[in-house]
Amino acid sequence: MTDWVSDTIDAVYVVAVLVFILGLKAMSSPVTARRGIVYAGVAMLIAVVVTFFSPGLSNFALIALGVAIGGLGGWYWARVVKMTAMPQMVAMFNGMGGGAAAAIAAVELLSTLSNQVTSGLSVAGAIIGSISIAGSMIAFLKLQGWLPSKAIVLPARQFVNIAVLIVGVGFGVSTLWTMNVVWLLPFFVLLLLYGVLLTLPIGGADMPVVIALFNALTGVAVALDGFALVNGPLGDAGYAMVIAGTLVGASGSLLTLLMAKAMNRSVGNVFFSAFGATEETGVAIKGSMKPIEATDVAAMMEYANQVIIAPGYGMAVAQAQGKVRELADLLESKGVAVKFAIHPVAGRMPGHMNVLLAEAGISYDKLFDRDEINAEFPNTDVVLVIGANDVVNPAAHRQGSPLFGMPILDVEQAKNVIVIKRGQGKGFAGIENDLFYRDNCHMLYGDAQAAVGKLVVALKQS
Amino acid sequence: MAADIWTALFIALLAFFVGYEVISRVPVLLHTPLMSGSNFIHGIVLVGGIVALGLATNTAEEAIGFIAVVMGAMNVTGGYVVTERILAMFDRSKRPGAKP
Repeated sequence: MTDWVSDTIDAVYVVAVLVFILGLKAMSSPVTARRGIVYAGVAMLIAVVVTFFSPGLSNFALIALGVAIGGLGGWYWARVVKMTAMPQMVAMFNGMGGGAAAAIAAVELLSTLSNQVTSGLSVAGAIIGSISIAGSMIAFLKLQGWLPSKAIVLPARQFVNIAVLIVGVGFGVSTLWTMNVVWLLPFFVLLLLYGVLLTLPIGGADMPVVIALFNALTGVAVALDGFALVNGPLGDAGYAMVIAGTLVGASGSLLTLLMAKAMNRSVGNVFFSAFGATEETGVAIKGSMKPIEATDVAAMMEYANQVIIAPGYGMAVAQAQGKVRELADLLESKGVAVKFAIHPVAGRMPGHMNVLLAEAGISYDKLFDRDEINAEFPNTDVVLVIGANDVVNPAAHRQGSPLFGMPILDVEQAKNVIVIKRGQGKGFAGIENDLFYRDNCHMLYGDAQAAVGKLVVALKQS
Repeated sequence: MAADIWTALFIALLAFFVGYEVISRVPVLLHTPLMSGSNFIHGIVLVGGIVALGLATNTAEEAIGFIAVVMGAMNVTGGYVVTERILAMFDRSKRPGAKP
């Protein structure tokens, strides 16, 4: 009887893992992606349900209560939140996964502290899970605006961080060495603290890398928990966790590297350099920033053959995507070709701009990646930069600039560049933007939504 | 006993390459859903939470196991809903005013 139940449960786990892989595979095309997540969702549901029937389990009431609280809470929260809050939601739910992995490791250590190998894997899972939840929560608070989004730099940061990590891991090793659980409390406290300290000095514009990396870390933590579980009485759940966790670890690592590469910085540089906390000095830029009126911009765009729109985080903050769609539709109705230039790290999470423009109903075949569109700028009459700064800064081509080498959108090569910007401030990197001083560049000051709204009104009147 | 861990290691090795290959050609357009979708997939941690709480034998283990289940369940449902909402916006057929 028990064999029959266990075999069925195992078979379900195998199918679930297969569907997860197919679901991830479906993510490589916008046509199949939605089907993929639905299938993966069904597989997950069945995997969770059959786990209840595992032989030897007890505490069913508590389990059901926990699933109900977490499940309904997560479901409700993810339903009601606005699309613009997606980056922090991804960070939050990722943190929950890391926290669950750390908690599972803690239970494993409390219940079966006996074998150095198994418990060592639990300790490793606890380390990574704790860093992931604490770091993700800080990322969440920064993205939500409850903590300042710029780099928060504490004195003697590097030294303190390393010390906290080493001592924290030391407590984990002590647990294994002495087989005594008293070390676990300081162990978890210090690792959580390390996650906080690691993330505080990272500024908002580096969040795409951070979110992708913590996602990968949670995957690794889940896989490590799985390793520790395969020796236990219900080891097959462990295999499912090893596979799913490793899949996420691999895909998350790849995405992290892609994001870092898009900024021409190493992942280490993103995490340890407190980028953006210092400002570049001593570089004089010739020219001046020239303001322009919305009506002039409207006229310029109306007679253009092609307009390229380059959005950035400013569009997300002002929630201007709906107005941008209106502007694009209006221009197209007047026979102007409109395209969108998307930098991989524009915004606060990988693919952030794509999601916002899709929300506004802009077809994704009008969105172009940096590599696809850079060649088109010299033949473009007007480029409209909406709330983007560092990703269009030609300082990236200047040796000695902190941005040097970062692949950018070469908008300066267009005949006219209009930059919508709230004020004269610098970008996240704290670097003057040479672009704003070029002869072919004009500034349309204002909140992105208001400014694009003015353009729409002006175009309608003409 | 240790054999199980070696088996798991072989599995993890293969899973790593599968994960890497499967998503190595994902377009920028789908970076957010990919991340959010993989965020959902590590929600399998809920299964581990259920096992941990289900085998817990004292109050401390039960309390921490309960936290694991709550967090795991949030990860699963939240990750799923966020991904579904994002992908729904890329769905051309249901979008008003989109080109056919």
